Amino acid sequence: MALWRLFLHLLPATLREAHGAEMTAMFRRDLAAVRGPAALAVIAAAVADVLWTAVVAHVEATVLDLRDVWRSARRAPGFAGSVVAVTALGVGAATAAFSLADHVLVRPLPFAAPDALVKLWQDQSSRGYSRMELSPGNFEDWRRQSTSFASMSAYAASSVNAMTPGGPVRLDTAQVSVTLFDTLGVGAALGRTLLAADDAPTATPPVVLSDHLWRSTFAASPDVLGTTLVLSGTAHLVVGVMPAWFEFPTRDVDLWTPLRFVPADLEDRANVYLRVVARLAPGVTIPQARADLNGIAASLARAFPEANDKTGATVVALRDEVTRQARTMLLALVGASTAVLLIACANMASLFLARSVARQRELAVRLAMGARPRRLARQVLTESLALSAIGGAAGAVLAVVAVPVAAALVPTTLPIAEVPHADLRLAGLAALATLATGLGFGLVPAWRIARTASSGDLRHGARVFGTRGTERLRGLFVVSEVATAIVLLVTVGLFLKALWQVQDVDPGFDPEGVVTMRTALPLPKYERVAERTRFYRQVLDEVRHAPGVENAAYTSFLPMVMGGGIWPVLMPGTTVPEDARAASVRFVTPGYFSTMRIPIVRGRDVADTDRQDSQFVAVVSRSFAELYWPGEDPLGRHFSTALQERVVVGVVGDVRVRGLERESEPQVYLPAPQVPDGGLTFYVPRDLVVRVSTAPASIVPLVRAAVMRADSDQPISDVQLMTDVIDRQMASRSTQVSVLGAFAGVALLLALVGIHSLLAYVVAARTPEIGVRMALGATRGQVLALVGRRAATLAGMGALAGLAVAYAASRSVQALLAGISAADLGTYVFAVGAAALITLLGSLLPAWRAMRVDPVAAMRTD
Amino acid sequence: MDTYLPDEPTAASLLPLAPAAFHILLAVADQDRHGYAIIQEVAVRTAGEMKLSAGTLYRSIQKLVELDLIEETSERPTPDLDDERRRYYRITAFGREVARAEAERLQALVHLARTCGLAPRTT
Repeated sequence: MALWRLFLHLLPATLREAHGAEMTAMFRRDLAAVRGPAALAVIAAAVADVLWTAVVAHVEATVLDLRDVWRSARRAPGFAGSVVAVTALGVGAATAAFSLADHVLVRPLPFAAPDALVKLWQDQSSRGYSRMELSPGNFEDWRRQSTSFASMSAYAASSVNAMTPGGPVRLDTAQVSVTLFDTLGVGAALGRTLLAADDAPTATPPVVLSDHLWRSTFAASPDVLGTTLVLSGTAHLVVGVMPAWFEFPTRDVDLWTPLRFVPADLEDRANVYLRVVARLAPGVTIPQARADLNGIAASLARAFPEANDKTGATVVALRDEVTRQARTMLLALVGASTAVLLIACANMASLFLARSVARQRELAVRLAMGARPRRLARQVLTESLALSAIGGAAGAVLAVVAVPVAAALVPTTLPIAEVPHADLRLAGLAALATLATGLGFGLVPAWRIARTASSGDLRHGARVFGTRGTERLRGLFVVSEVATAIVLLVTVGLFLKALWQVQDVDPGFDPEGVVTMRTALPLPKYERVAERTRFYRQVLDEVRHAPGVENAAYTSFLPMVMGGGIWPVLMPGTTVPEDARAASVRFVTPGYFSTMRIPIVRGRDVADTDRQDSQFVAVVSRSFAELYWPGEDPLGRHFSTALQERVVVGVVGDVRVRGLERESEPQVYLPAPQVPDGGLTFYVPRDLVVRVSTAPASIVPLVRAAVMRADSDQPISDVQLMTDVIDRQMASRSTQVSVLGAFAGVALLLALVGIHSLLAYVVAARTPEIGVRMALGATRGQVLALVGRRAATLAGMGALAGLAVAYAASRSVQALLAGISAADLGTYVFAVGAAALITLLGSLLPAWRAMRVDPVAAMRTD
Repeated sequence: MDTYLPDEPTAASLLPLAPAAFHILLAVADQDRHGYAIIQEVAVRTAGEMKLSAGTLYRSIQKLVELDLIEETSERPTPDLDDERRRYYRITAFGREVARAEAERLQALVHLARTCGLAPRTT
């Protein structure tokens, strides 16, 4: 029977209290009337009856309540709308940010046992590189000698010219150890991945296709297995297709081929280009693995001091391959969205408090008419829950829309799907937060209604809520809202300044009006200088004579697109420290400097007369000349780099090779014909730059035709404007500013709503008092001051708190500020100004209402 | 400040009545009854065809009380025989009005069925 009574608690309280005893008596009577197994049937029927009654009664009550919510929302659309909008913004912003952060920082990688996967680098911290690639020789030694790993695989990204059914195309490939797929623990979606047997130099090397290449170029036909694909002149056998989600090492890789070394590769320990991923052996930790590799590195340093001196090992979890900047940015985003969520909650609390005060009279009337207090409490609660649920749903929709937009913040270095999706579980979490707020601040008034009502006071016009206490609490909410808005404003202001700072950086060349594209010449077809020179000459001659073209030239790599290509500089007797003796080396055709508008400061450009059989020459950048020959004439000086001794014939302006925000090594430009036959193939000029005076798009078909005439098998890829290259440098900063700006805007808007609703409430609650004051001779100016003082006090307190927090927050993102001080005065002044403006805007309407109070009418209202 | 005044229901606005509600009104129309007595009365009057469950009964009673169709009475018909936990209900004037309106509605419905030859004519 005790169990039965407990069971009756499923019924609504009113029903249970009124009829529970009788239902129990009836159940007892029915039970007494039967014997044996029939009793079970009675129990089952009674239980089913109570369950059904409970469901129907609750649904009926909720429908009634919801009808009530709808009715009251129509009578107070401002309140309902504000609650929904505030919840939607808070939930939406928080969900979007949490989903992104979860995607990048938390979620496990899509590989088998991903926690055991690590990346290995060479550590040359003494030279400023803690993550350096490995040479084939070092990789083989690490792999053979280490005991900490279940498997270790290397890979190198490159690109190839492929002959496909659709014509010649340029494809991004990854040359990988045949063990790579096993190391990662992934299988092919179709066919197979690479096998140990693929390591042997067979007649036809195998190739594994990516899902997107298979779909775009081979129409997703399973018959592609077993066919041959010609990559840079070599036939490959298609053995498998990977699943669509597999994106390793980068998102744009089209196919995977086996990485094979010839003996000469293993000898050159200075040729570092391999990246390494490994799986830790069971039970081995990262520090243990690092100690193991450091031991091997130390013996390699002794055996090959030239290339391996002061070289250790870096071991990082694959999951942690996120740059510090990206991590800081995401954490900032999470901070910003949490702030917005908190403001939203504060606003909800404030709105509900105001609402309960405003409803006092209505509730009193209903109680007087005989409504049960419990029922009224339930209605208040249903209202807060329903409104925040609607807001939460709208917020989830907002997040689903916003996440792909903000996805540009996801760094490309992680092998994870490109576009993260809004995580609805996280949306649920954020919705729960606002729901809890709605519940909390709906419950308090509901509880007070029930309590006050039972004491009978409400019927006699007593107030449920002390207006003073409520006002103080809401004042606190406004202070915190203003403070949070200030924090976000300062942060976004600093990011904006940083963006401007980066925009002002001179790249060293003029990107305006320059179109670029790539014609990567395949080997062995273009192994010889003569072949290449014929190709460059024909293409450049035709392009230069096209209408609207001012000049055109070839270079090894475009600045900012490729930051590497660094060679040591050898110069006997120099006093420059050894670690600084490095230069960024590019081979160019004549006219490169004038095409890019890089100023020639002294001497001359490279010329057609600089050939294999003439003297090896170099054009150096100004910083190169000043480093090695400060205050002296660099022309005619000798130095060695890229395997040859060279003489300086010209000096040009410096270029930001590594990007707008990074210091670059001094630059050395060498004549294209002086790339040796069959050597330095990495540096063979491939990037065509064309300066045009007409619309850039119109020139591309002309260039295509010219390349086609020079070599009909030669694909063109990477067509882009040099201005786009520059813009990409700032893309993540622009995104940061717009995302944080959006958050700050939302925060500002919420603070405005908060200030306005509080003051409107204060004015409404104090109308009789204002009336008395005016009757006693207070002027409108004094009434205005009353409202204004309140607004200014709250905003002032919020601003003070906000500035302190903002300074601390800015210091934590200092690394992202491109040298802008976290204490930048102008930004703080701007934030305070914006806060003052919203305070003013929020006070306007309430102040106007206060000034228009009619003393006689006001005193009569209560 | 706006105030909330629920609309007063009229007899017509409550039609049609749920069968259980109509039977309960009929059961308390001639004398005050408690819950269990209502169940028995309904069963007898419908020759066992309608057997109200406890849940349905009390849910309906609560609704009828809220709508002011029946009311709880403190008078006990036979105090000495009675269990004091029992609550007795009686029909209100408004309840009578509603029951009458429902009966008329049903009558009109039967009349309509008759004119269509779907119900037997009574003599």
